[in-house]
Amino acid sequence: MKRVFISCDMASVALGADAVARAFVGAGCEVVRTGSRGLFSIEPLVEIETEAGRIGYGPVAPCEVEAVLDGTHRNYIGAVDEHRFFAAQKRFTFARCGIVDPLSLADYAAHRGWIGLDTARAAEPQAVVDAIRASGLRGRGGAGFPTGIKWQTVLDAPCRTKYIVCNADEGDSGTFADRMLMEGDPFCLIEGMAIAAHAVGASRGFIYIRSEYPFGIDAMRAAIELSADRVAPFELEVRVGAGAYVCGEETALLDSIEGRRGQVRAKPPLPALAGLFGKPTVINNVLSLAAVPFILSEGAQAYADVGFGRSRGTMPVQLAGNVKHGGLFEVGFGITLGELVNDIGGGTASGRPVRAVQVGGPLGAYFPPSMFDLPFDYEAFTAAGGLIGHAGITIFDDSVDMAQMARFAMEFCAAESCGKCTPCRIGSTRGVEIVDRIIAARESEPARPTANNGVLGKALYSRAPDRIDVSPSAQTTLLRDLCDTMKYGSLCALGGFTPYPVLSALDHFPEDFGAPAPALEAAE
Amino acid sequence: MHADNTKHVVEKWVERLGTGRDQLLPLLHAVQDEIGFIDDATVRALAASLNLSRADVHGVVTFYHDFRRRPAGRHVVKLCRAESCQARGGARIEAAAARRLGVAMGATRSDGQVSLEPVFCLGLCAIGPNALVDGRPIARVDEAALEAIAQAVAA
Repeated sequence: MKRVFISCDMASVALGADAVARAFVGAGCEVVRTGSRGLFSIEPLVEIETEAGRIGYGPVAPCEVEAVLDGTHRNYIGAVDEHRFFAAQKRFTFARCGIVDPLSLADYAAHRGWIGLDTARAAEPQAVVDAIRASGLRGRGGAGFPTGIKWQTVLDAPCRTKYIVCNADEGDSGTFADRMLMEGDPFCLIEGMAIAAHAVGASRGFIYIRSEYPFGIDAMRAAIELSADRVAPFELEVRVGAGAYVCGEETALLDSIEGRRGQVRAKPPLPALAGLFGKPTVINNVLSLAAVPFILSEGAQAYADVGFGRSRGTMPVQLAGNVKHGGLFEVGFGITLGELVNDIGGGTASGRPVRAVQVGGPLGAYFPPSMFDLPFDYEAFTAAGGLIGHAGITIFDDSVDMAQMARFAMEFCAAESCGKCTPCRIGSTRGVEIVDRIIAARESEPARPTANNGVLGKALYSRAPDRIDVSPSAQTTLLRDLCDTMKYGSLCALGGFTPYPVLSALDHFPEDFGAPAPALEAAE
Repeated sequence: MHADNTKHVVEKWVERLGTGRDQLLPLLHAVQDEIGFIDDATVRALAASLNLSRADVHGVVTFYHDFRRRPAGRHVVKLCRAESCQARGGARIEAAAARRLGVAMGATRSDGQVSLEPVFCLGLCAIGPNALVDGRPIARVDEAALEAIAQAVAA
């Protein structure tokens, strides 16, 4: 009987993997459902076990079982490990994803699972924290804060009750690494959390997963039950979000677990000292915690040896949007944006030229192809007026209207603001109105020379609509001023980072805002 | 009758999950999964069980997009509106879906057959535009896929 591997990842299922799997079962094969390998242009991917390793075909339709089994299928890939998309990666965190049965403890143990936990438990908590510090691991949720320092703070906090919280509220569009890991290798996350618990002296953990990830929720719950004895006395529980993007902000997430509105807390106190239920809490992203088993099992140095500048280790980059070969590509920091978009991603799916890429989700900046030599590195992106965030790269072709994308950023912020601070709650709505005025002016009188800011009895903003100077240049000035207020006056990253997509769109694509390309940077 | 049933359902879940404040979201999910929405009777019953004010529970219910204050259609079609799906023609599909299903985005059709709702990211960002039809994910939604969805929700 032939052994066949087919992914049960939500993305693969959305592309029809379930029907393909049923067809192979019907043909008498033993079908093993794995996570996804991470390249969606070849999904549904079917891998046949042979003496020469796993041979892949994809995409495969349910009616093509015969062609795959007799080896004549037109989408023959060959040895999947040698496919250039996979061979070029450095899979530390996603080493098992797509290869093992996600809920098989035997598979997990056979692929170097639990070695990290056993190593950690044989050592003193301080030694584990030291290893994480030495690895250079930084928070993969977006902020890039050194994980070891966070853990040290919790370890040093004098309290008997401490918690480990995993932030799996992966709300950013263009990101799906957390989801893929939870569906494809859930024990890895559990092991990482158990190591964190040992390192800081916690006995209970929570995984907060967004409700939009039903497959991930099921996989994590099943994996927690299966591994309960292995990680005991550490206890884990899944908590399900309820559709609020802002709960991805760590303090809003804590409030949500506590059963409250997911509103952002003012810091200090840091969650590391007064977090969940007021107790010292390690709160880390899925990818940060999932990187931990590797660091313990292979050594901190093996992790730190890879990387660029102060960004050490690997980043699971996600290529999304209008991309030809989209998916998950784990690689050491330092690779350039252009290599990722063009060489790995293969440009756009539509075949049209790339016009913009947004890095880091709805709060990340838009970059034009002229900036594609930017290396993937926390500091380099900050210096370029953007952020890496959760390393999602959303690609747009030349049909994109950047003013509409700037409007969407403000609209999204207005819809998802928790309402606690004014710059975010009110500023986002005013931002939508301003971009609407720019779009209206751009369309009615594109090249009108502007009567500037407040001249001719006009004001930048007024309660009397006919007194507002609606020229693009005046409104652009107002938009920049508003972004400044949001950036420096908001309580958290939602209001504080929404200006990134807006300002980067203004800076790099002024022609979409009624300003002549390339010059005239509004009234700065 | 309805209020009695609601109270019964709430009590059953409170028995199972406990009366801790942190169980409020799990309770709301459980009750909504069973009854379909969170009405005033549910809010009252939960507030009484957890020793919270009705205003407090109301505040939580209305904060989260997932909790419904009225029933959804018999079928729920969620379409992703986030950037990655927009980059793949999401706006055009959104308009086509509203036309084909005969219901505006964010609304339930007058015959109660189908609700069309926005969702911000399903995490399938390289294969959009994406939809979730009664919990089943569908990628690369085009006119043909829309037709299949429309037929599925007509039943």
